[in-house]
Amino acid sequence: MTDHFTKMTPELKRRLRNEQWFQWMGRGAIFVAIAFLLVMVSTIASMGVGALRQTHIELSVFLDPQKLDATRLHDADYGRLIKKALRSRFANVTKRRDKRKLYNLVSSQAEYTLRDLVVRSPSLRGQTINIWFTASDDVDMLIKGNIASSTDETQRRIDHREASWINDLISKGQLESRFNSRFFWSGDSREPELAGILSAFVGSLFSLLVCFGLSFPLGIFAAIYLEEFAPKNRWSAFIEVNINNLAAVPSIVFGLLGLAVFLNAFGLPRSSPLVGGMVLALMTLPTIIIASRAALRAVPPSIREAALGIGASPIQTVFHHVAPLALPGMLTGAIVGMARALGETAPLLMIGMVAFVADVPNSIFEPATALPVQIFLWADSPERAFLEKTSAAIIVLLCFLIVMNLAAILLRRKFEQRY
Amino acid sequence: MSFQLIERQILTAGKKHDVPEQDPVISTPNVDVYYADKQALDNITLDIPANAVMSLIGPSGCGKTTFLRCLNRMNDLIDICRVEGDIKIDGQDIYAPEVNTVSLRAHVGIVFQRPNPFPKSIFENVAYGLRIHGLTSSKSELADRVEESLRRAGLWEEVNDRLDEPGTGLSGGQQQRLCIARTIAVEPKIILMDEPCSALDPIATARIEELIDEMRANFTIIIVTHSMQQAARVSQHTAFFHMGKLVEHGQTKQIFTSPQDERTESYITGRIG
Repeated sequence: MTDHFTKMTPELKRRLRNEQWFQWMGRGAIFVAIAFLLVMVSTIASMGVGALRQTHIELSVFLDPQKLDATRLHDADYGRLIKKALRSRFANVTKRRDKRKLYNLVSSQAEYTLRDLVVRSPSLRGQTINIWFTASDDVDMLIKGNIASSTDETQRRIDHREASWINDLISKGQLESRFNSRFFWSGDSREPELAGILSAFVGSLFSLLVCFGLSFPLGIFAAIYLEEFAPKNRWSAFIEVNINNLAAVPSIVFGLLGLAVFLNAFGLPRSSPLVGGMVLALMTLPTIIIASRAALRAVPPSIREAALGIGASPIQTVFHHVAPLALPGMLTGAIVGMARALGETAPLLMIGMVAFVADVPNSIFEPATALPVQIFLWADSPERAFLEKTSAAIIVLLCFLIVMNLAAILLRRKFEQRY
Repeated sequence: MSFQLIERQILTAGKKHDVPEQDPVISTPNVDVYYADKQALDNITLDIPANAVMSLIGPSGCGKTTFLRCLNRMNDLIDICRVEGDIKIDGQDIYAPEVNTVSLRAHVGIVFQRPNPFPKSIFENVAYGLRIHGLTSSKSELADRVEESLRRAGLWEEVNDRLDEPGTGLSGGQQQRLCIARTIAVEPKIILMDEPCSALDPIATARIEELIDEMRANFTIIIVTHSMQQAARVSQHTAFFHMGKLVEHGQTKQIFTSPQDERTESYITGRIG
């Protein structure tokens, strides 16, 4: 028996050791990357999960028929009814200053909640009804444990007196934490307990639709022309260098361009998803062109020869055979570009999408903001309650991104063909 | 069985050489081809007769594929390629500015070295050419033409129950016959074959050679091959290329039995190449 295949020479040992070293370093790198990702996601999730709950307070309101004119239910003073309800709930509060604090238990939105209810069913006039109102952000923060009782009373947003009222409400079962659907179905607000993500979400969605609608066709047609038809000369080389450079231009420069051209020269509506999408399309275009050209180049020449060889014209060759095979790669490029566009803030600041927008935009011409801009705005707000909104908005942005990438993967699967 | 077939063809090859001379369908008086500054073909003058098989032989890099690709202007795809001189098909210069490569290539089909079916169904592979040239007017006619083409390529019996499966899923030899079916579907007059059997095993090769012999009745076939045996088996005429020059051409029998040029003799006896 020989030991040719089992003998370990020092040289062989060294080679094996090197290989194992490399593999362990690779595993280590992946582990570190995953650890960072987990820390990031779990931090954001734990901070943002609070925004899914919102504290509500139950009050029994007497809908005084003398204060409610049956013919003008819209502009009656509902705030007064709520204040009265609060005063009668806490009858021992008499001082003016304390009363003002008492009124701050519920959100300023409460009177509109009541108005909507009464307008919808006017027959409630004259009755005493129990309604759940959104609590103010300070109450909410106390319930969520974000106001430390160790802080000196004068520094706290909620003093002992207010805390005792809240405890009283809790003991009577008149204070509850509920799912915060308002966060998903309303626009921005100055009051944290009323602020929602929808207007920014819709703004981002519209901007991306405009961006995709412009940059995808432009990008793939430019790529097809440059790759399949353009003569290879100094001009096409010059254009190629420029496209590659454009992909590396800082995004704020595109914002400046949008401000100067789309807003000032063309007079398009400021702050609108239309202009936002156009600016993002400019930014995404080089990425899509570069990726599409690479995808076209990866289609084997034998496919082109086969089509041309039976007399297909160059256009037929490209659109019947080459482009369908390159489509998955083109889509990947487009999605990478769109994902970058989704997270982009700087160019949107330049064209005015940074504004406070409370209404959900109905079209691409109405003022809107975008998710990353909304995150920036909330992160900048002083109220403690905006902290959890910021994290929750980041989660929404990440989910948007995941859905987009998932769609891209599914589309790619659908179009993928073997050759 | 297939090996017997090859032997039979070698034995009967002599008979096929005695075809009567006809008017050339392709003639190339003084063709030069350049890749940028490098001359690939030097003063090629060759007449190719109709309804016969002509094989182009010669060592690698001698220009035979370049010449073949000039005949339906596939060389147009190469930016640096330049063709000088006339190439006449049925008396018409195919490099004239008014010539349309789409109709030229419908008239002069090509089968490539590696089978390259479209990544579509078997049916679509054959139907595509018919569709783009508008050769059929109804669905049933299209299906008939596809069937006919597949039969003529000797593939129908093997694929008629799976026409909607991808053409790329067939074996190498079947793929090549599918490519032949795709080519003959559009009814060309001339078929160019660029080493059509070099990626195939001997059995598949024998199938294709048999097919080429049958197709001779309807098409003029020009085949590039590295196999001297194949040239002897399938062709009536042979042209020997060496270093960009056409050294010798004539009837296959004559080239293989009594070559006039020393280089031809060296090549066919295996001393160069």
